[in-house]
Amino acid sequence: MISVKDLDLIFETNDGPVQALSNVSLEIEKGDFVSFIGPSGCGKTTLLRTIAALEKPTSGNLLVNGLSPEDARKNRAYGYVFQAAGLYPWRNIYRNVSLPLEIMGYKKNEITRIVEKVLKLVDLTGFEKKFPWQLSGGMQQRASIARALSFNANILLMDEPFGALDEIVRDHLNEQLLKLWETTNKTICFVTHSISEAVYLSTKIVVMSPRPGRITDIIENTLPSNRPLEIRDSKEFLSVSQRVREGLRSGHSYE
Amino acid sequence: MINYFKNSFLPILSIVIIIFAIWYIFTVYLNSSIQIDTYERQKIDWEFSDLVKDTMSQKKPLLPAPHQIISEMYKTIFMIKITSKKSLIFHSYITLSSTLLGFAFGTILGIILAICIVENKAMDASLMPWIIASQTIPILAIAPMIIIILNAFGLSGLLPKALISTYLSFFPIAVGMVKGLRSPEISYLDLMYTYNSSRLNVFWKLRLPSSVPYLFASMKVAIAISLVGAIVGELPTGAVAGLGARLLTGSYFGLTIQIWSALVMAAILAGTLIFILNFISRITLKSMGSQE
Amino acid sequence: MNKFQKTQQVIASMLALLALQNFIFNVFNYPVLFCITLLALLGVIRILYDYFNNGIFDFLFSILGMTILILHVYDSPPNGFWPLLISIWLYGWLAIEKITHQKNVSPFFRKIFLITVPIFFGIWILFAWEVVTIGLNIPMVILPSPSLIFIQFVASLETLWADFIQTFVKAALTGYLIGCGSAFLVAILIDKSLFLRRGLLPIGNFISAIPIVGIAPIMIMWFGFDWHSKAAVVVIMTFFPMLVNTVTGLSVNNSIDRDLLKTYASSYTQSLIKMRLPAAAPFIFNALKINSTLALIGAIIAEFFGSPTVGLGFRISVEVGRLNLDMVWAEIVVAAIVGSASYGVISFIEKKVTFWHPSNRKTLEK
Repeated sequence: MISVKDLDLIFETNDGPVQALSNVSLEIEKGDFVSFIGPSGCGKTTLLRTIAALEKPTSGNLLVNGLSPEDARKNRAYGYVFQAAGLYPWRNIYRNVSLPLEIMGYKKNEITRIVEKVLKLVDLTGFEKKFPWQLSGGMQQRASIARALSFNANILLMDEPFGALDEIVRDHLNEQLLKLWETTNKTICFVTHSISEAVYLSTKIVVMSPRPGRITDIIENTLPSNRPLEIRDSKEFLSVSQRVREGLRSGHSYE
Repeated sequence: MINYFKNSFLPILSIVIIIFAIWYIFTVYLNSSIQIDTYERQKIDWEFSDLVKDTMSQKKPLLPAPHQIISEMYKTIFMIKITSKKSLIFHSYITLSSTLLGFAFGTILGIILAICIVENKAMDASLMPWIIASQTIPILAIAPMIIIILNAFGLSGLLPKALISTYLSFFPIAVGMVKGLRSPEISYLDLMYTYNSSRLNVFWKLRLPSSVPYLFASMKVAIAISLVGAIVGELPTGAVAGLGARLLTGSYFGLTIQIWSALVMAAILAGTLIFILNFISRITLKSMGSQE
Repeated sequence: MNKFQKTQQVIASMLALLALQNFIFNVFNYPVLFCITLLALLGVIRILYDYFNNGIFDFLFSILGMTILILHVYDSPPNGFWPLLISIWLYGWLAIEKITHQKNVSPFFRKIFLITVPIFFGIWILFAWEVVTIGLNIPMVILPSPSLIFIQFVASLETLWADFIQTFVKAALTGYLIGCGSAFLVAILIDKSLFLRRGLLPIGNFISAIPIVGIAPIMIMWFGFDWHSKAAVVVIMTFFPMLVNTVTGLSVNNSIDRDLLKTYASSYTQSLIKMRLPAAAPFIFNALKINSTLALIGAIIAEFFGSPTVGLGFRISVEVGRLNLDMVWAEIVVAAIVGSASYGVISFIEKKVTFWHPSNRKTLEK
């Protein structure tokens, strides 16, 4: 689905070049839920943005759906959820979710049907007429997920989508996201700061480390696919978390 | 430095060059019909190159060429004694002095009014709506009346014009200052509250410092409009002196080159005044820790 | 009630007493006597017993005093004119102070206060203007009274209408539409070129700051004495603020919004219409509002340089010369009404279009 090979990315800044990604290689299969975790500056967001063709790699190979990221973008192969909801304040929730559909030239009755469906998926039915600034942060983020789901791309790229929310809301959204992933069978790349979020959600956890930004460990998650919230207290969950924590620590060890 | 050259100087320079090129083309185009008339009356054979040359050296052209304006300005600035009535410096000085006097009055008045409005609820409720509404009214229209009324009281010359500038400049200052004095965030005000500080202290240590950027922003608007006020104020007095008078006599006698040089002079004055204000504001704000 | 207000109240009732005294020793006009006595007495009672300390009573006192003065000023200024006037002023101000400082007021009444206080203040100024000009016999050449202006206004409606059409509809409005419209189009056209934007923006800012009205004599030479030359001045005056604001508005959009549309692979036109123009709307409306005032100023001033025998600016300069100040004021009233009305219309549209902007949200959230 997504294959990354020997990827390098160097930013030219005023203080000289910065190696944002160094020799990154990774394979993501269809239906995977991959979390990228690491301290700030480790390049996890940059990697996601490179997959989305928002950044250009300096060298290396990157294929999304077998295409170059730029072509994949033009084919509208993925939906992207940003850290902030990024909803347009002048459009109500319905029209925000329909924005990508309008741009991609969907027919009007089709739009109505799809928007209704995805709003139901994220539990926002009844809020179509509200404006984003009339909703809570969690609801705004759900609307932005609905927007990313609407045009039925089979890849979902999420950049710390729940980072700005409080823990209770975040737990709830994590649960919903898992359900959504199961029902839609999408491939999800998910950037996060939180170990428990990564372990709870993903099938594969990519541990990254800064200066230069690189992958230090890739952990296959052994948890069963059916995951109630309580699973976070189980032994298995804790042992996976332990491995992630060790991975993060080893990345720091020779600093 | 190189970045500055590439990102601002070069684009501005090219636009200016384009404007001058268009200007020259229009000079030839607009003045040509009169020139051709002259040729035909005097039965002179002419070629296009003659036309280009002659359209740029008419005495009362419809549109003077930039170099005509520059040479006129050079003549009236450097070749004539400053005290003479033909000196552009003399006229600019007159306009500038009433602009600055009016601007100074207006700024002081505006700041005082803003302080009253912010510190007194009754003033705020009764005056503020009217100040905002008055901004939508073309106040400049009453300029001639003020001049005439003050003349009836025996006031003439600098002061009436300065009063018009005062009147015009005090509105933006008052509105900007009210905004600025109210700009501190609630948490800053709460902090002051926890110190049990007096209103005077809140004003000097919090409100006034946070209003400075707003003050400078509105001063830039105010000085530009002060200059307009001074020029318009010179119109009804029968055109004695000042840039406005130069415009008016120029339009009476069709002296287009004189009009344009007065206009360019006014533009230079405006530019210089704003440049100076910008400079002062940048230094002040920097010393106050602005990150710009 | 603080000390300051208390002093104010004492002075107000003292002055009312003084006015009463003046009145008694000179004329005996019973109803008026009664009213002023009442005013003074009530004032004293309030101070002594801390009674009726509500702002409403100060308000009523002020209104009462105003009625007495306005009823008598036209025959001849009554005795005790000045003390009474100042007393009324103090009562009026006390009323405003007390009303605005009142706590525990329901939002409905708060709203009513917010509207009535400035209206009361405006009426007060008009009243003081009227009473002082009449009472002091100020010559019309200096300041005509509001009533005279009103009479002149009604008597010359036809002239005023013609001037309005000439200056506002023909010159200002035409120029405004052409100026703002063309600037908007140019802004869209140069939007794609960073080079042009970098060059034009500082120049536009500079030209917005210089006294462009001065171009009026040139425009008169080019386009003649009629409204066309005035419209041309307005076009030039409104063009640059609109250009600068539109270009600035189009270049503010945050990175998430831009990246989002990029992930949709949206075209230039799509992102212009769906994101950048709506985001620029507050800036564009700002320019439209600034320009509405500028347009009227430009049209009026341009007429000072020469015009056919009709138009607001023409009439003002001519009637000032004839010392018909009441007519001048009538014209200024027209200019004020037109100016604030057009500003109001644009603000109204702005509120409807940019309802989502943080500065407009309050009204919608409820």
